[in-house]
Amino acid sequence: MSRPEAKTVLTADGIHKSYGDFPVLKGVSLAARERDVICMIGASGSGKSTFLRCINLLETPEAGSIHFEGEQLNLGRRGNGAAALDARQINRIRSRMGMVFQSFNLWSHLTVLDNVMIAPIKVLGVPKAEAKERAEILLAKVGLFDKRFHYPAHISGGQQQRCAIARALAMEPKLLLFDEPTSALDPELVGEVLGVMRQLAEEGRTMIVVTHEMAFAREVSNEVLFLHEGKIEERDTPENIFGNPTSERCRRFLQRVL
Amino acid sequence: MDLSLMIESLPRLLEGAVLTLKLLLLTELIGFICALPLGILYANGSRAARTPIYAFVYFFRGTPLLVQIFIVYYGLAQFDFVRQSVLWPWLRQPFVCALLACALHSTAYTTNILRGAIQAVPAGEVEAARACGMSAFQVQRFIVLPIAFRLMLPAYSNQAIGMLKGTSLASTITLMELTGVANTIVASTFQPYEVFIMAALIYLTITLVITRCFKYLEYALSKHQRPLKSSAAIPGQVRHAD
Repeated sequence: MSRPEAKTVLTADGIHKSYGDFPVLKGVSLAARERDVICMIGASGSGKSTFLRCINLLETPEAGSIHFEGEQLNLGRRGNGAAALDARQINRIRSRMGMVFQSFNLWSHLTVLDNVMIAPIKVLGVPKAEAKERAEILLAKVGLFDKRFHYPAHISGGQQQRCAIARALAMEPKLLLFDEPTSALDPELVGEVLGVMRQLAEEGRTMIVVTHEMAFAREVSNEVLFLHEGKIEERDTPENIFGNPTSERCRRFLQRVL
Repeated sequence: MDLSLMIESLPRLLEGAVLTLKLLLLTELIGFICALPLGILYANGSRAARTPIYAFVYFFRGTPLLVQIFIVYYGLAQFDFVRQSVLWPWLRQPFVCALLACALHSTAYTTNILRGAIQAVPAGEVEAARACGMSAFQVQRFIVLPIAFRLMLPAYSNQAIGMLKGTSLASTITLMELTGVANTIVASTFQPYEVFIMAALIYLTITLVITRCFKYLEYALSKHQRPLKSSAAIPGQVRHAD
């Protein structure tokens, strides 16, 4: 928050999304500048994950605008549900945003190495040898070099999530989206994944993290958003959010989870 | 039981079996090639694309193969434009008619099997592929189809075995495949027991080969699902529930 000179990577403005008659997001806005680590916290059902999925258009927002690296995303016609989206633009934008899912979602029929290699080769057109070299470096970085010929079913959840992080990094993304990356993990495996994420933050990667790990949010992020029923109830530095929350709801939420 | 008749009839029956295999392999080859785009469209396409495929599958699954063979063999010849078309020299041959009917029948079943397999591919894996910027075609080609192909094998092997037995219906339109040959021998020897037993044994042998092939294929394509230690096991030791 103290670096106004940093380049803006992403702005999302007034994002609305509802499922049927139920509004999940009621105008959520966010701006991420280079090297920002933004954590989104809030109770289940507050819309955190839906917002994240709207950013890379896995869900189509009904209203609002998204700019990514200065380019406005074409969100198509609004209102009648039949959004005419620009598939090429979406794919180009998605290839520059890495996403890490709660349930890892590694491709089960590919080895750890192939999981990391395939998208750069097929989407970015990176030559195979180069993609392999880069994938091996990334796997070494997340501590999975020894497991590179294993299939996802043969490694632990923490290893799978670290592989998924390497897969996202292989696209050399400008922005990393983490959707509750440790929620599906056994408690003793959470640390190894958070360790990798902490390392990425220290390298200066721009990250938006939906999480229930309050210690991580407090120590690593430079901005924390508290969502409640589809709206941002409070946004501030982690020091202020965790030390002196202004909203009563945020205070109660933190009391419950801390 | 007349053992010598059984042995004597074997060479002619095997000749018929060659034609049965030819019909079966061509049927399954054409069926698979046609079912590939149809199955993908059936699973992913718009309602406008799915409706004609649904109608096609419904018709060929909902009517007996024998009726389909009769429609092609007797029905087409009724139309002048068919008899005058350049295709007539082919369409008048019983083999081509049987192949046409069987291939359409097989296409319908395989389309439905493939659709089911595509829909069974875990949604999260598809989503991950979209999230890294793969085009719709790339998602299908590199993620969905490899997984779906493995998933469809058990049902597809059933379909292939069903089709093997279905080819016997081609004997009703004068095709001298295995059942046709057996029928002919019985007509001249009046010993149905021996001859049909021999034919049944040949069918069983072909079925055995088909199931073995599919088991091997399933084994080869399931490296990612086996526990690590059994990766040294040989195909024969793997038990399948089929």
